[in-house]
Amino acid sequence: VRPSLQDLRQQASIAAKVFVQRDYTTGTICQFQTKFPSELETRIDKQQFEETIRTLNNLYAEAEKLGGRSYLEGCLACVTAYTIFLCMETHYEKVLKKIAKYIQEQNDKIYAPRGLLLTDPIERGLRVVEITIFEDQSNGRIEGR
Amino acid sequence: MKNCEYRQIEPQGLGTPNAAPPPPAGANDADTRAKRRRKWEVFPGKNRFYCDGRIMVARQSGVLPLTLGLIVLTSCLFFVFDCPFLVEHVTSCIPAIGGALFAFVIISLLQTSFRDPGILPRATADEAAYTEKQIDDSASSSYRPPPRTLEVIINQQVVKLKYCFTCKMFRPPRTSHCSLCDNCVERFDHHCPWVGNCVGKRNYRFFYAFIVSLSFLTAFIFGCVTTHLTLRSQGGKGLITAVQESPASALELIVCFFSVWSILGLSGFHTYLVASNLTTNEDIKGSWSGNSGVQNTVNPYSYNNIFANCCAVLCAPLPPSLIDRRGFLPTQESPPAAQPQVELPVFVGKSDLTVEDTCQDFALSCTG
Repeated sequence: VRPSLQDLRQQASIAAKVFVQRDYTTGTICQFQTKFPSELETRIDKQQFEETIRTLNNLYAEAEKLGGRSYLEGCLACVTAYTIFLCMETHYEKVLKKIAKYIQEQNDKIYAPRGLLLTDPIERGLRVVEITIFEDQSNGRIEGR
Repeated sequence: MKNCEYRQIEPQGLGTPNAAPPPPAGANDADTRAKRRRKWEVFPGKNRFYCDGRIMVARQSGVLPLTLGLIVLTSCLFFVFDCPFLVEHVTSCIPAIGGALFAFVIISLLQTSFRDPGILPRATADEAAYTEKQIDDSASSSYRPPPRTLEVIINQQVVKLKYCFTCKMFRPPRTSHCSLCDNCVERFDHHCPWVGNCVGKRNYRFFYAFIVSLSFLTAFIFGCVTTHLTLRSQGGKGLITAVQESPASALELIVCFFSVWSILGLSGFHTYLVASNLTTNEDIKGSWSGNSGVQNTVNPYSYNNIFANCCAVLCAPLPPSLIDRRGFLPTQESPPAAQPQVELPVFVGKSDLTVEDTCQDFALSCTG
């Protein structure tokens, strides 16, 4: 019998949480620090972690990019007195959906097997990437690495 | 087959705002489902929410009805009393232009007032504890209390980030805490009592559109009314007779005369701010004008190009609201017994919870 989600949340107890902070060196656009937190050293490769963060940074940069497309959207919105957003999704929202999918994918493939969980930064006000470290349950059912 | 225990922890399951996770088996399902509350109901800031969280205003939105009333009243008087005369004697484009301007002004005003200005959600308990630990670690063995500022370098400029005691986090650059709304707002410009809301990152363009279009509308009405009275007083009638024939015009003239200067002035000031990528807050404090220090401080956010700054401020992609007010609170594993849950009807403000309940619920919702 597979344990329910609730049972797992109780069984897989949280050992610690790490918060990857924002990197403001290029301004106010959303970028996260690629510095590898020491708490994750035993759980995951530095390369893997940096790759994840770098991809996230690229996606956020894409969301906030100023280009022909965003200007067009802005002008169109202004002309229609911004009522167009009632039926259209903004570019930013589209990229956020991409990000959510990417994070889920990373969790399924890479982080969950190692007992880690990435929380989508949008759920933390785009301030931190919260990484939950679950306690190592060495009951033989986990296949790690 | 790979039987990975942790695969079953669906990332969405832990407190996702959009998907409603199924209530855990064994709990009183029917009650939990009926009493699911949305996040706006436990929002800790001083805001009011309507339409089940779709619309939000600051708690003190006292002057917004006045603003709306003045604009609507003056415009209605214009359409009713001045337009017929002007259509007959000048051109029928006048009510069309006036109507378009009026619609744009009202829509911009409502967008400014009812949108989330860029409120940052408060730090979760875990995050706050982590930040505190980092601060304490950096204090080491000094006798002074640990500094609550963080220095970052943005575009070769040193910027100090302050710690917000209410929101329990280091404020991102350009963020300020509004004491009236009790929220940290991104790219905080100012709290505008006329629109009844803070003006920040997410609604600055609407605010700008509002004041610019309002200046045009005011100037337009002023011009038209002046034309109207001038035309009426021609042919030997005199100004007094003209005013007596159309007293509403005199009232419009007075309102427009007194407002056009201040609104035009405000539009001009904000045009300068937009062109130099500054906020009112920074301009008033003189953050980048070198007042505070000896060194040559430059605005690190400016693109040093008027066109680029305007585009960045007004045409950048609109960021989403970070507070997710219509998301559901995650169902608690053991719902508290006998807690009176009021099913809130629309067009009513936040439910009357005590401060402790509100804070506890919000903390629980964020920690999942």
